[in-house]
Amino acid sequence: MEKFIKHSGSALPLRRSNVDTDQIIPAVYLKRITKSGFEDGLFAAWRNDPAFELNQPQYKKATILVAGPDFGTGSSREHAVWALQNYGFKVVLSSRFADIFRGNSQKMGLLTVILSQDEIEKIWQTVESKPDTQITVDLESKTVSYEDKTLSFVIDDYTRWRLMEGLDDIGLTFTKIDSVSKFEEKRVSFKPKTLPIK
Amino acid sequence: MGETLAEKIWTEHIVSATAGEPDLLYIDLHLIHEVTSPQAFDGLRLANRKVRRPDLTIATEDHNVPTLNIDKPIADPVSKLQVDTLRKNCAEFGVRLHSLGDVEQGIVHVVGPQLGITQPGMTIVCGDSHTSTHGAFGALAFGIGTSEVEHVLATQTLPLVRPKTMAINVEGKLKPGVTSKDIILAVIAKIGTGGGQGYVLEYRGSAIRDLSMEARMTICNMSIEAGARAGLIAPDQITIDYVQGKPHAPTGTEWDAAVAYWKTLTTDADAKFDKEVDLNADELAPFVTWGTNPGQGLPLSAAVPNPADFANPEDRGAAERALEYMDLKPGTPLKSIKVDTVFLGSCTNGRIEDLRSAASIIKGKKIASSLRLLVVPGSARVRLQAESEGLDKVFLDAGAEWRSAGCSMCLGMNPDQLKPGERAASTSNRNFEGRQGKGGRTHLVSPLVAAATALKGTLASPADL
Repeated sequence: MEKFIKHSGSALPLRRSNVDTDQIIPAVYLKRITKSGFEDGLFAAWRNDPAFELNQPQYKKATILVAGPDFGTGSSREHAVWALQNYGFKVVLSSRFADIFRGNSQKMGLLTVILSQDEIEKIWQTVESKPDTQITVDLESKTVSYEDKTLSFVIDDYTRWRLMEGLDDIGLTFTKIDSVSKFEEKRVSFKPKTLPIK
Repeated sequence: MGETLAEKIWTEHIVSATAGEPDLLYIDLHLIHEVTSPQAFDGLRLANRKVRRPDLTIATEDHNVPTLNIDKPIADPVSKLQVDTLRKNCAEFGVRLHSLGDVEQGIVHVVGPQLGITQPGMTIVCGDSHTSTHGAFGALAFGIGTSEVEHVLATQTLPLVRPKTMAINVEGKLKPGVTSKDIILAVIAKIGTGGGQGYVLEYRGSAIRDLSMEARMTICNMSIEAGARAGLIAPDQITIDYVQGKPHAPTGTEWDAAVAYWKTLTTDADAKFDKEVDLNADELAPFVTWGTNPGQGLPLSAAVPNPADFANPEDRGAAERALEYMDLKPGTPLKSIKVDTVFLGSCTNGRIEDLRSAASIIKGKKIASSLRLLVVPGSARVRLQAESEGLDKVFLDAGAEWRSAGCSMCLGMNPDQLKPGERAASTSNRNFEGRQGKGGRTHLVSPLVAAATALKGTLASPADL
């Protein structure tokens, strides 16, 4: 996983609530067996609409998605995170994220930052009037800044450390694998096994 | 102070806990399907890792598979590649797989319970958000992403932050024609699609205890639609009776030990939930969604709401967008809405009881000539059971299509899709824009409402026939 310390870029305002993972990437695009190439399915149903924000030239270079509340609800498909990353997004800002989407993004190094809906609204207004506005998301200081404003956000220290170091969870768990073996020795025998087939 | 059921199961599965870090939890069962696993197996290969516990892992083919001509090769080459990849991965890593054509094949959340590998007190995960279904047995079961699938394959554990707990108290008695699907649609309408975020829901109360196991699975299945990763119900005699005799259920002294343990799996009387929500079962009616998220639902007797009546600007905007997409006008009685397709199936309502209840309404009648009724059993076993009871004939005689098992039109990854502008009454779990096919419009309903709608041609409950 790539380290995330600080990112600056322009933003795409997405004034919609409840953007579920079927909207981020519809099921018909989930048939690939790689983690790349999903950008063509990103927001597929809305991409034909010239008015859709992603199609507007002033937002072409955006790397920060500023989304409405309850972003990423629904299906657990990590393809939603890959699609956003494959397209070039590094950060998503929203007032509420669905749990599974947020977990997936933190595994992949896509930073999801929670701000209040008032703060999101102000960013939307700023970006809509000045699409070139540079927004800096700094994980070190836990701040989002643009123009003369600096907003603080909350993220747990462990996740922040992992993202800043670019550490993958599996490697970290393997450092504790002895305790997994010990746990397995104590498991009760009536718990089911899938093998042998009965 | 006592513990809630979710807290008890959590504590029992902690492999290691360090302050300031997520707990490392042991996973008792890992379910796999073709869509969310290929990249995880690839990750194992790249790191030269193996599957730690193939004996706690099981795979089935469900999301992509056709429900017609299943004896022929899969026609869509991309779907075929994904299914072939699962077969190759399972063979290479020694994972048990139930392929298309196998009698145990079916939707992963139907297969686990029917094999008896879903049992109380377990931790169960799958790269699928409807893993919450297994919570009906008093298991802590939740959906995970592909990175986590790889993590579980490699270590049989997951690092997780302990969730908060919410009690959903449903007291009273359901009226005839009102089902567990109506309970959960009413819960989601009440707390919203984000209401359960960060929580495990525990469904409690007399109306829940009265439900069969399969009805309980329908409720837990849709916990994720309220934003909760997991939902569970304490095991009781109904649970124990359901598990007993299943292929992988314990036997002999192991059975006795298991039952003794399962009986301890309740929320302590002095435990405190972080939040409680009450619902009166006596007041519930058949429910239907009118919008494009599962929280946008109302009793079937209501009318399409006016977005202007929503106080919250977010809800108002969402309602406006939803009505535009659904092509509905405020004030239209829900019962006057004509549908083109009725879909009976999915991990929410594709079990034998669901097929029986729909068949009981349809028996001896014909579906409306203006629509098609697609009946897709949740598993090959459900299909065989239904056929042994003659339910296939009931549906076929009425003019329905009788299909093979899979996720099918719930998400339209296979050829079973709505056409643009088509409107469906569906027993599945998501009415998102384009979920059942690009441009398709979905109304979520119970199997009873689906059956009545299929006969009438407009959204209806059996009482309207």
